[in-house]
Amino acid sequence: MTELLVGTKKGLFLLEGDTGSGFEIKTRAFPGEPVDFATRDPRTGRAFATVTSPFYGPKIFYTDDPEGAGEWQQAGGVALPEGGEQALERIWVIAPGEGEGTVYAGGDPGVLFESHDGGASWAINEGLWEQPSRKDWQPGGGGLCLHSISTWPGDPDKLAVAVSAAGMWLTDDGGRSWRRGNEGLNPRYLPDDASDEVRNARCVHHVERSPSRPERLFMQFHGGVYRSDDAGGSWTAIGEGLPSDFGFPLTVDPADPDSAYVIPLVADMDRVMPEGRVRVYETRDGGSSWNPRGDGLPAENAYLTVLRQAFNHTGAGDGLQLYFGATSGELFGSGDAGATWTTVAPRLPPVYSVVAI
Amino acid sequence: MAVLRVHGPLRKPLGDRAEHELSGENVVELLRGLEREYPEITGWILDERGVIRRHINVFVNGERGDEETPVRAGDRIELLPAITGG
Repeated sequence: MTELLVGTKKGLFLLEGDTGSGFEIKTRAFPGEPVDFATRDPRTGRAFATVTSPFYGPKIFYTDDPEGAGEWQQAGGVALPEGGEQALERIWVIAPGEGEGTVYAGGDPGVLFESHDGGASWAINEGLWEQPSRKDWQPGGGGLCLHSISTWPGDPDKLAVAVSAAGMWLTDDGGRSWRRGNEGLNPRYLPDDASDEVRNARCVHHVERSPSRPERLFMQFHGGVYRSDDAGGSWTAIGEGLPSDFGFPLTVDPADPDSAYVIPLVADMDRVMPEGRVRVYETRDGGSSWNPRGDGLPAENAYLTVLRQAFNHTGAGDGLQLYFGATSGELFGSGDAGATWTTVAPRLPPVYSVVAI
Repeated sequence: MAVLRVHGPLRKPLGDRAEHELSGENVVELLRGLEREYPEITGWILDERGVIRRHINVFVNGERGDEETPVRAGDRIELLPAITGG
């Protein structure tokens, strides 16, 4: 039985089932509210939802019983320092950490929060917040969003985060100090002769680490797909062979460090599936080659968009399952690593995030 | 004391009460007092800058107000989610 936590423009949907017999919507929470991201901490089973009310601002809620009658609790401390010139705009992602009780959250404006009590209370990561270069950070189209948090299996001190459009940031000391990890990324949307400060505006769209080889990461960039083999310090372009190297989401097979999956869109000025065909592209050789995986997905007149948090996996290897949702409300799944696909739910609200457990 | 009246989801973090007696020189002082009394409401009405969230309207004795609008004893303050959209 697979559980899907689906954040949408109109609430959180929790589905259960499998790709063979189908899925059922078990619960809908936060009706009418935009749920930007939802996940569970596998260590505790605690569920999290990030909700950005247009009236009351961004919040993190948690519950240990999302299917039951238990109420969602508001987490404390999810705010920027009082009295500053900025306000928290949105929480984009939540990721369980490696330390006991540690959970991370990333948001706009380029902010990392950490919790050490399982997600009930949070504090801003001062090291990243106080980065001297922050004054030069530029937002992407979705804001100055910290959207990707890659922990290092077994080492709570190592962390990689990505900010659109302030690039990759790496720490080896648990977040006390940070350094950039942008070598090799080519911002084609900037002039070649732009200053270093301007060219640091690296618009990273999504990053995932390969858990079976943690020094390897894959990145969907704003024009480009990349691989790093040195823990995010430098990057090699691997987008050759894709119909477009523009897109947002990305996921990996945890059992295979040479694997990655992307969902290309035409271009930044035309964010729909190429040729009106829904296809996931898979590499099993570290990005040297890509193969379309679309059996069972809409093959014509399908101009869908999939957002950066709306593609996820559960399982690994032969048991790898893949799920993604579109802004037009369709939710698709594969129980055989992308070889075949079924429609999991045809008419949800616009899908913002998908997490499979 | 002035009387603050809230609607909808704001009532829950305020002890499920619609009306609250508060004092303050102006609207933002009154709302800061509300946050001290009910810490769970922090961030719902005022953001980190002390600015009333964009889609919340404040009325003082029936007139549109803002953070700096003076408040006196006996005044009626209403917080209403804005009617947004088309």
